Amino acid sequence: MRIGIVCPYSWDVPGGVQFHIRDLAEHLIRLGHEVSVLAPADDETPLPPYVVSAGRAVPVPYNGSVARLNFGFLSAARVRRWLHDGTFDVIHIHEPTSPSLGLLTCWAAQGPIVATFHTSNPRSRAMIAAYPILQPALEKISARIAVSEYARRTLVEHLGGDAVVIPNGVDVDFFAKAEINPAWQGRTIGFIGRIDEPRKGLPVLMRALPKILAVYPETRLLVAGRGDEKEAVESLPKEMRARVEFLGMVSDEDKARLLRSIDLYVAPNTGGESFGIILVEALSAGAAVLASDLDAFAQVLDQGAAGELFTNEDADALAGAAVRLLGDAERREALRERGSAHVRRFDWATVGADILAVYETVTDGAASVAADERTGLRARLRRRMDGDAPGGAGEAYFRSRAPRAVRPAPATD
Amino acid sequence: MTETLIWIVVAVVACALYLSWTAGRLDRLHTRIDAARAALDAQLLRRASVTQELATSGVLDPAASIVLYEAAHAARQAEEEQREVAESELSQALRAVFGEAAQVEAVQAAPGGEEAAGELAAAVRRVPMARRFHNDAVRAARALRRHRKVRWFRLAGHAPFPLAFEMDDEPPVALADRPGSST
Repeated sequence: MRIGIVCPYSWDVPGGVQFHIRDLAEHLIRLGHEVSVLAPADDETPLPPYVVSAGRAVPVPYNGSVARLNFGFLSAARVRRWLHDGTFDVIHIHEPTSPSLGLLTCWAAQGPIVATFHTSNPRSRAMIAAYPILQPALEKISARIAVSEYARRTLVEHLGGDAVVIPNGVDVDFFAKAEINPAWQGRTIGFIGRIDEPRKGLPVLMRALPKILAVYPETRLLVAGRGDEKEAVESLPKEMRARVEFLGMVSDEDKARLLRSIDLYVAPNTGGESFGIILVEALSAGAAVLASDLDAFAQVLDQGAAGELFTNEDADALAGAAVRLLGDAERREALRERGSAHVRRFDWATVGADILAVYETVTDGAASVAADERTGLRARLRRRMDGDAPGGAGEAYFRSRAPRAVRPAPATD
Repeated sequence: MTETLIWIVVAVVACALYLSWTAGRLDRLHTRIDAARAALDAQLLRRASVTQELATSGVLDPAASIVLYEAAHAARQAEEEQREVAESELSQALRAVFGEAAQVEAVQAAPGGEEAAGELAAAVRRVPMARRFHNDAVRAARALRRHRKVRWFRLAGHAPFPLAFEMDDEPPVALADRPGSST
């Protein structure tokens, strides 16, 4: 199958959506499909062979943080060229409501379009204002995917319609088979995420830390992620600051080894999460997980069966649960076992098959993707004269079914 | 005078362009519904065929075979008006037979059963998917068709008012153990 994937955010900036698209593209290529990813990127950045640059992205404040987006005439032209050259069977747009490549592609394309909605931000005024503009573009999407039940609910509330839920994928074995690093063992708590982003919840963990250290003074907190390290520990009493170790930005390998080595992974995020891929990664690595009770997290953790939950933003609840877990090796072992079994459904083997099933469902009975040559007024009038209502009769049905027969069967199920 | 006339012409042309664009939107939506309906038909047929194959293969006990064969046969032969009911009954029959993980394992243990169980699992997961995509397209088209501009200018032409496909498509738990994809 020829698949075009559209990434709305800069390829050179690490982020959840970008990683998801990278892994999805590589998974599909391994299965023998032809994949092309259109993504914003600086012209100098080295790109993997399957990525096509849509030009430099412009930093714009959007959705609570600075996002690098693509818009304007030049980007639209590049989108059209990519669609024209690609002759895709299906295109998969990520985050079609963000004012970037996704939306541009929606405007420019016709044919089977699949879209994944990653965010689940509360209904914003901008969204309501943009609704009449978005609607004609979103109408073209044949299949919508939401990354969690929570994301689906927001989608239904904001835009109407429906979506199937397919979670984000993780290469479970990569994490499960990572080597343990002894330096990160021995009553250690892990945290991975941006230090200076309050939504990631490090301040909550910092407030809870003194109480944990009061019971287990030998506890170490390992923090991986970028941001101002001095500012992060400011709220701690001086003598406790040494118990926090900053590892800076870590590679994927080190992240996996870290998750394999620690006793407890804490995800104190306070909001804005629609999925929680890091929890899946922690479960894959066999770490016991303690997370805030956000909807998305509760769903990933099977409502608390695969990892413990604490009341969001409640440092005391976090400290209490952490102390209990650190002192109870049996409970941690039980969580590990439950988590490792639960996490299989997030493996790329499962998730990839589901996404391919969506592709096959929408390409069944549809022509391939093309640039949208808008039907002219004259052509439509002529058709009306001939008595053929727009899109009405069964003729379109058979016309659109025909190409399916000549397409080679997809490699997998 | 000429100026007013020019403005009127401009306004009329703008209106015409807008209506034409809306008709194009509607046209696209109808095409999308046709494609989604074709896909849904294909998935439903596929599910019924796999079920029938399993029912006649002798892997299952005679009672389960008869129940499944009956339901699958009825679903394939159903008239358009009876289709939703017949397909729902097939879902119920599948749930009744494959409610237990042991039954699925028994099928998988038989020669060629692994493949058959896999096919059935794929089919029962794709039916809700296809149905959701179809009904989503129907909802979008209905929303646009209810709009004043579409009704007054009869932009929908003679295309029939699109109807959602309502059925019970809950897959058997033992066959489709995925979070969310079944709801």
